Amino acid sequence: MIRPAMHAVAAALLLLPTVLSAQLGSYNPEPGPRATVAIVNARIVPVVGAEIARGTLVIADGVIQAVGAGVAVPTGARVIDGSGLSVYPGMMDAGTDMGLTEIGSSGAAATIDNAETGNWNPNAQAIWGINPHSAHIGVTRVVGITHVVSRPGGSILSGQAALINLAGYTAPGMAVVPRVASVIQLPSQGGGRGGGGGRFGGGQTPTPAGGMSPLDSLKQLLADANAYGAAVAAHAEDSSLPRLDTDLVLASLLPVLSGEMPVIFPAESESQIKEAVAFAEEQGLSPIIVGARDAWRMTEYLVEHKVPVLFSNTLSLPSRDDDPYDANFAAAAKLAAAGVRFAITSGEGNPDVRNLPYVAGMAAAFGLSHEDAIKSVTLWPAEIFGVADRLGSLEVGKMANLVVTTGDLLEARTDTRYLFIDGRDVPLGTKHSELYDTFKDRK
Amino acid sequence: MKTLTTLTLILAATSGSLSAQSAAPTLIRNATVLTVTNGTLANTDVLLQDGKIAAIGSNLRAPTGAITIDATGKYLMPGIIDPHSHMMSDAVNEGSLSVTSMVRIADVLDPTERNIYLALAGGTTTLNILHGSANTIGGQNAVVKLKFGAPVEEMLFPGAPPGIKFALGENVTRKNSRMVIIQGQGAAPQRYPSTRMGQEEVLRDAFVRAQDYRRAWAEYRAKTAKGARNLVAPRRDLELEPLVEVLEGTRLVHAHSYRADEMLMLLEVAKEFGFRIATLQHALEAYKIAPEIAAHGAGMSTFADMWGYKIEAYDAIPYNVAVTMRAGVLSTINSDDDGRARRLNIDAAKLVRYGGLTDDEALATITINGARQLRIADRVGSIEVGKDADVAIWNGHPLSVYSSVDATFIDGEVLFSREKDAAMREALIAERAELEAAEPNTLPTPSRGAGRGGPPSTDPSAEVSR
Repeated sequence: MIRPAMHAVAAALLLLPTVLSAQLGSYNPEPGPRATVAIVNARIVPVVGAEIARGTLVIADGVIQAVGAGVAVPTGARVIDGSGLSVYPGMMDAGTDMGLTEIGSSGAAATIDNAETGNWNPNAQAIWGINPHSAHIGVTRVVGITHVVSRPGGSILSGQAALINLAGYTAPGMAVVPRVASVIQLPSQGGGRGGGGGRFGGGQTPTPAGGMSPLDSLKQLLADANAYGAAVAAHAEDSSLPRLDTDLVLASLLPVLSGEMPVIFPAESESQIKEAVAFAEEQGLSPIIVGARDAWRMTEYLVEHKVPVLFSNTLSLPSRDDDPYDANFAAAAKLAAAGVRFAITSGEGNPDVRNLPYVAGMAAAFGLSHEDAIKSVTLWPAEIFGVADRLGSLEVGKMANLVVTTGDLLEARTDTRYLFIDGRDVPLGTKHSELYDTFKDRK
Repeated sequence: MKTLTTLTLILAATSGSLSAQSAAPTLIRNATVLTVTNGTLANTDVLLQDGKIAAIGSNLRAPTGAITIDATGKYLMPGIIDPHSHMMSDAVNEGSLSVTSMVRIADVLDPTERNIYLALAGGTTTLNILHGSANTIGGQNAVVKLKFGAPVEEMLFPGAPPGIKFALGENVTRKNSRMVIIQGQGAAPQRYPSTRMGQEEVLRDAFVRAQDYRRAWAEYRAKTAKGARNLVAPRRDLELEPLVEVLEGTRLVHAHSYRADEMLMLLEVAKEFGFRIATLQHALEAYKIAPEIAAHGAGMSTFADMWGYKIEAYDAIPYNVAVTMRAGVLSTINSDDDGRARRLNIDAAKLVRYGGLTDDEALATITINGARQLRIADRVGSIEVGKDADVAIWNGHPLSVYSSVDATFIDGEVLFSREKDAAMREALIAERAELEAAEPNTLPTPSRGAGRGGPPSTDPSAEVSR
């Protein structure tokens, strides 16, 4: 716009990475190999099935091999005495953009990589933007959060979220499901967003031309993708039919349109949620609502439409002046009582995702059962993302993502003694413990 | 300005009626009492009378007319003190100048703010409401008791020494705002200082002027005392007056600061001008210079575990309080946020995890230590006979995430009670139903003699819904 400002942009772009690189180097020690480990004499909370007051859990090859009171310790296993300790499945925050932003507010723009330019980026993949060395990863996992969904934002078709383990030296190495869901920020019926046109049209597909509303443009793009999919399939069956050039944008929408890849819709108000659900039903998509501030006011609707919700507002101030003081603290309890499928997310920026257990604990303080509070951050998010066969509980055959604690999983005073991700022993050092150790004895 | 909602009106009315009951003593029976200064007392009675904690013991006798609460299985703790808040503030920053010591938060407080009630429901009873962090020397603070429903004058903490906000670092240099200009989304005007060097100079300049001003008055007073006549008094300076109070130690400095180096600079400047910083606010890197802070005698008030939300917060660690407390620095946890002011108990609990504070040490960071920082520890911050009856009954240990508040008292009055809240909800639902069922506003019928354009309906439901 203004020339000096452009110079300043250039200067900032040149300067920031250099200035920040020293400061943003983080400390996430690499986990050990997938060993055979037996945790003995521990209280085990498998989440599925009854609590075991004193039992053994065996890990090998990254997988839980045995759980129970009378389980034998395999020969050669490393034995951890779990006396006085508790074993829980690792927690999952399904509402983050972990690894995509380091310092999320203004002042460090070069560390923000969570939103592509333009409106149509269904082929933007979070997994290629995640920084495995983000300092957030270390401090998050040491409270027992072992895996998260990291999703892009911005635009209308924001891109594809990744489900990642919070351990590893490469993003693909962290991936549990590298492309777990697509993200659609539904433009409101009432008007456009983000300049309305997507002039810079991300990817290869230009915005459908000529005064269409963003919502109509979105519908057009999905229709184009359907047609593209049909044409590609037709050619595959009959090679005499014309062969279309590959279109990465449209191709990336095919699993979305088939309903195979779920779609995360950020939506807060009752009307936003209903618009998203109606849109998903019209287009044959599998919706997951994230945010969902007003979900507690529309439980019947959510049950009727079988829409899963990632509730991110437990700690938000009530949004209406005449809402009860505990409207959001008690919201999860209302969802559970009504039979809504939901998971609790921290609702926090990446540095504070580590508060997830206390957020679920707050929901439990206001009516959610203790058991459901734990499920809302372990089993239920895994179910919503279709990975409950691998994650979310301590069951034989599941990925060994688990935490050994000094007490109740959701209590703020509880500490972590051991942490396993993908069956690998994760060191408990973090950027924070490093700084603590460096300065605590300074005289 | 905020609209006065029906809820607020009901709450005001309710708390008014409670006010009438405040003469009635309250006997809380058989609680686990977290005194904070004197350990935990099991199965203990506490009598609240005439706005004070009148007695602590077992089998206390209920005075005539006392309300008795059976607190078996419950916990009684002092009201939480939040040393950094912007609640109730219709304005936070007078950021146009680098020194705005003349402005006062007390002038812009809204006693009807809904979030007061939400904070009470989290067991919080006292706030240090600070000016924002836009400038090196900001405005004057207000310490309040959250007596929801009372006028502002009755909320100001009686006898609390006045304070002032200072601020260092990014919020002052506006490096972030410049990025906003670059992105073309808005603009903050350039203003001196835009570096930490400039911040030091602004402080030095302001206090040199304050010293001169103080000297001018001292000379005038001395000469007048010696009988000199017809002297012209120095012109009263509303900017420098509060800074003279700082120099004289009668006004507390609460200094927003993040990086260790800027905190150290401030301590050096203060030392040079002969005053002491009361609290370093936020102080995210205090752990790097804990011995220096302890030597100066400043307190620190920080977040339990917030970090990484800007560059200068990137080295923050949740062990901060553990380090400073062990170095002898008076340390507290604050909210700086109306949402967080509802759950400072959980923030305190985190300190047990990070750095191994004892439960009592953790509780002190949200009670007595804040009272000491604000120099009101003779009135609040612990459960001791003779202190103000600012307490909360919790349904479990307040450092457990599963616990919540049953009732909160200030000066012996119930300002929040789960039971009364439930009743208010019922009343609100009934009122809504009544309003929705009511006839819509209609023009008066001609038969009653008031034609078109006549006076509006006097239907009471129409009155309420306006």
